[in-house]
Amino acid sequence: MAEICLGFVVLGLTAYAVLGGADFGAGFWDLTAGGAERGGRLRGMVQRSMSPVWEANHVWLIFVLVIVWTAFPVAFGSVTSTLAIPLFFAAIGIIFRGTAFALRGQAATINEARTLGAMFALSSVLVPFFLGATLGGVASGRVEVGNAAGDAVSSWLNPTSALIGVIAVIAGAYLAAVYLAGDARRAGLPDLVRAFRARALGSGVVAGAVALGGLFVVREDARPLYDGLTSGGGLAMVILSAIAGGGTLALVWRERYGLARVTAAAAVAAITVGWVLAQDPYLLPDELTLDQAAASDATLTALVISVAAGFIVLGPSLWYLYKLVLQGRLDQQFEPLDQRFRPLTAGDETQEPPR
Amino acid sequence: MLDPDFVIFAQRVSGVLGGESQPDLLEARWMQALSLAVHIPIVCFGIAFPAMILFMEGLYLRTGDVTYKALAKRWSKVALILFAVGVVTGTILSFEFGLLWPEFMASFGEVFGLAFGLEGVSFFIEAIFIAIYVYGWDRLSRRAHFLTGIPIVITGFSGSFMVIAVNGWMNNPQGFDVVNGRVVDPAPWDALLNNHLWHELMHMYLAGYIVSGFIVAGVYASARLRGRRDRYHRAGLVVPLTFAALAAPMQVVVGDWAGRTVAENQPVKLAAFEGLPRTIEGAPFTIGGYYDEEEGEVKYGIEIPKLLSLLAHHDPNARVEGLNIVPADDRPPINVVRFAFQTMIGIGTGLALLATVYLFTWVRRRRLPRSRWFYRAVMAAGPLSLVALICGWITTEVGRQPWVVYEVMRTSQAVTAADGLELGFVFLILVYVGLAAAVYWLLRRLSRRPPEVEVGGAPGAGPAGGY
Ligand code: HDD
Ligand code: HEM
Ligand code: HEM
Repeated sequence: MAEICLGFVVLGLTAYAVLGGADFGAGFWDLTAGGAERGGRLRGMVQRSMSPVWEANHVWLIFVLVIVWTAFPVAFGSVTSTLAIPLFFAAIGIIFRGTAFALRGQAATINEARTLGAMFALSSVLVPFFLGATLGGVASGRVEVGNAAGDAVSSWLNPTSALIGVIAVIAGAYLAAVYLAGDARRAGLPDLVRAFRARALGSGVVAGAVALGGLFVVREDARPLYDGLTSGGGLAMVILSAIAGGGTLALVWRERYGLARVTAAAAVAAITVGWVLAQDPYLLPDELTLDQAAASDATLTALVISVAAGFIVLGPSLWYLYKLVLQGRLDQQFEPLDQRFRPLTAGDETQEPPR
Repeated sequence: MLDPDFVIFAQRVSGVLGGESQPDLLEARWMQALSLAVHIPIVCFGIAFPAMILFMEGLYLRTGDVTYKALAKRWSKVALILFAVGVVTGTILSFEFGLLWPEFMASFGEVFGLAFGLEGVSFFIEAIFIAIYVYGWDRLSRRAHFLTGIPIVITGFSGSFMVIAVNGWMNNPQGFDVVNGRVVDPAPWDALLNNHLWHELMHMYLAGYIVSGFIVAGVYASARLRGRRDRYHRAGLVVPLTFAALAAPMQVVVGDWAGRTVAENQPVKLAAFEGLPRTIEGAPFTIGGYYDEEEGEVKYGIEIPKLLSLLAHHDPNARVEGLNIVPADDRPPINVVRFAFQTMIGIGTGLALLATVYLFTWVRRRRLPRSRWFYRAVMAAGPLSLVALICGWITTEVGRQPWVVYEVMRTSQAVTAADGLELGFVFLILVYVGLAAAVYWLLRRLSRRPPEVEVGGAPGAGPAGGY
C-alpha cells in the first residue's frame, strides 16, 4: 500500500513537472522575450496556449501535497517545518503568478500589461526554483525528523538544492518551448514555430549539459544520492532519461512536435522515478524509511481506493480537456500581446468564428 | 459526546514530532485566519455562481433570447477569474497546513487526510470543466456546452463537502484512539462522516448562495438605481436575487440546527457565544454588551429571559452549561466569539427579512418591489452577508480555541517550531492587499465594459448576428 501511495506521489510529481513545469517554462520565455514590441507575438502565444489549461495543470501540486500529508504525515510535517522558507516563497510566487496571469488577459494599456507580465514571468522562474530547492533538500538528506529539526537555511541553500532548482527552471523552459512550437504550428504561425524551435533546441542542450555536470555536484555534495543514481535501477532510469531527452532533441530538430511531447514527458518521468529508486528504501534519506513513514493500513487503503475511484472520473475528464485543446477547439484567436489590449479570454464575438 | 476514558487520554495528545513550544503562535494563528478570510469569500462564488450561470444559460436555451446568453457569458468570465484567485489562495492554505501546523499534520494527517484526497479529485474536475465551459462558448454545440457546466455545479458542492468534513472533524473529532499521547487506529471514513459535517455543510453551502447572490444582485440593483431598467439588467438582478432570497430564510433554520449541535457537543463554545458564566436552567439570551472577565458576567446587555434555553434545546427550562465547567485556560476568548456570533445572527435575521419582502412581492404581486430603499438594501446586503460569513467562521474557529482538535490537541502544540513567522505574516498581508486591489480593479473594469461587446450588437438594436 505504501508503495502504491508513493507511486501516486511520483505520478503527481511527474505530471506537475511535465504540465505545470511547462507553464512555468512558458513564463520563462515570456520573461526573456524582449521589449514590448519585439516580444509581443511570443507573449501572445504564451497567453493563448496557457489560458485553458494552467489551472488544471496546477492541481497536480495540490494532489501531491494531499497524498504526502495523508500517507506520510510525519515526513510531511518534518519537511514543511524544516524547509519553510523556500516553501513560503514558492507559495507567494504561486499567488503572484496565477493572479498576474489571469489579470494580464484584461490589461488595457501597454504599461499594465508590462507590469503584470513582469510579475507573471518573474514568479514563473522563482516558483520552480524554490520547489526544486525543496526537493534538493530532501534528496540530499538535509531534513531531519522533527518539528523544524533540520537547519532552516542550509537545508535549501546548498549545492544540490541549487542544482535541482536550476534544472527545474531549465527543464520547464525546454518543455514549454517544445509544446509552444507545436501549438504555434497548429495555429499556422511559422515565425513563432521557428522561434520556439530554436529555443527548444537551445534549452534542450543546456538542460542536458546542466544535468550531466550536475552529477558531479551531487557526487561532492550528496554522495548517497549519487551512488543511487549511478547503480542499479537508478542508473537505468538516468540512462532512460538521457535517451528520451536526446530523442526529444532529435524529434524537435525534425519538427515532429507531437511525438516530442511524449518523449519529453518520458525524460522527466524517468528522472523522477530514478530519484525515488536512488534513495530507496528511504523517504527522508538516513532518517525515515518508506515503511516507517507510512500511515496506518486503514488510511492507506482508504486513500488508494478513493484516488483510484477518483481517477475513473478524472481520467476521461482530463482526456476530454486535452483532446479539445489539442484539436484546437478551445483555441482563442492569436493576438500579439502588445497589439491590442483586449482580453484573450472566452469567446468574444469579435474573434474568429469556430472552425 | 466523547466517551469518558477518551477524554482523559485525549487531553494528552502532543505532537509526534516533539517540537518545543513556540513563541510565534499568535502570528501563526493570524496568518491562518487571514488566509482563510481571503479564501472563503472567493470560494462562495465557486460554490454558487456556476448554478446561477447555468440557470441563465438554461433560460437562453429555452427562450433563445440572447440577453440571457450575454449575461451568462459575462458571468462565466468573472467566475473564471474568481476561480483562478480561489485556486491560488487555496494553494496557500494547503501550504500553510504544513508551514504553520506541522505537528497537527504529522499527528492527524492520516486521520483526516482522506477528505482532502477526495477534495483534490473534485478540484481537478472543477478546473477542467470550468476551462472547457468558459473557453467553449460558441465552440461546442449548445447542448454540449450546457452539459459541461453541470460538473462545475456538482464539484462546487463536493469540494466544500470535503473541507467542511475536516473542519467538522476538528470540532467533533472521532475515528481514532489515543494511547500514551499518540494517535492510533485511524478510521478515516469515520473521521470524515462526523456529527458536525452536516450542519456546517448546509450552512456554508447556503452561505455561498447568499453571499454571491446578494453581491451579484447588488451590482444590478445599483444599475437600476441609476435608471437602467432594460431586460439585461432586470434579468441580471432577478436571477441572483432569487437564489439569495430563497437561501436566506433557510439559513436561519440551519443556523438554529447548528446552534443546537454545538450546545450538545461543544458546551463551552456555546457558553462563549452567550458569555454564560455558570451552568443554569432556563438560561437567558443576552443581546449586546460585553463580557467582563473579572466579574464573569455580561455588562450592558439586554437580557431576554429563557430564550437561550429555548434556542439551544427547544425547551425554555433546559439546562445550559456555562463557562465554569472548564478551567479558565480551556476557554476561548469570550468577547471575540460573542461579538462575531451576535453580528452574524443580526445580519442573518436582517437578510431573511429582506428576502421575505422580495419573495412576497414577487409571488403575490408578480413584480419587483418599487421602493428605492429596497434596491439600496440589496446593495448593502452583499457586503453585509460577507461580514456575516466571516463572523460565522470566527464564531466556529475562535470558539474552538484553545483547541485545534477539540479537547484533543491544543493549538499551541500544533504549531511549527520554525522562527521568523512575524516576517512572513507582514509579507503575507502585503501580498493579500495587493491581490485584493488587483481583483477589485479587474472586476470594476469588467463591470464597466458595455454588454454590447458580448453579443455583437446591443440587445434589441438590430440583428444580434450569428444566433
Ligand atoms: C451568509 C452567511 C451567514 C448567515 C446569514 C448566518 N450564518 Fe451562521 N455561520 C456562517 C454563515 C452565516 C458560516 C458559513 O460562516 C459558519 C461558520 C462555520 C459554519 O458551518 O458556518 C457559521 C456558523 C454558525 C454557527 C456555529 C456552528 C459551529 O460552530 O459548528 C452557528 C451556531 C450559527 N452559524 C448560527 C446562525 C444563525 C442562528 C443564523 C441566523 C440568524 C446564522 N448563523 C446566519
Ligand atoms: C490545520 C488546520 C487548521 C488549523 C490549525 C486551524 C487553526 C485556526 C486558528 C488558530 C485560527 C485563528 C483563531 C484565532 O485567531 O484565535 C483559525 C481561524 C479560522 N479557521 Fe481554522 N484551522 C484549520 C483548518 C481550518 C479549516 C479546514 C477550515 C475551514 C474549512 C478553517 C476555517 C477557519 C476560519 C474561517 C477561521 C477564521 C478566519 C477569521 O478569523 O477571519 N480552519 N483557524
Ligand atoms: C483550511 C482550509 C482550506 C484549504 C486547505 C483549502 C484548499 C483549497 C485549494 C488548494 C483550492 C484550489 C483547488 C484547485 O487548485 O483547483 C481550493 C479551492 C476551493 N475551496 Fe478551499 N480550502 C480551504 C477552505 C475552504 C472552505 C472553508 C471552503 C468553503 C466551503 C472551500 C471551498 C473551496 C472551493 C469551492 C474551491 C474551488 C475554487 C473556487 O471555486 O474558487 N475551501 N481550496
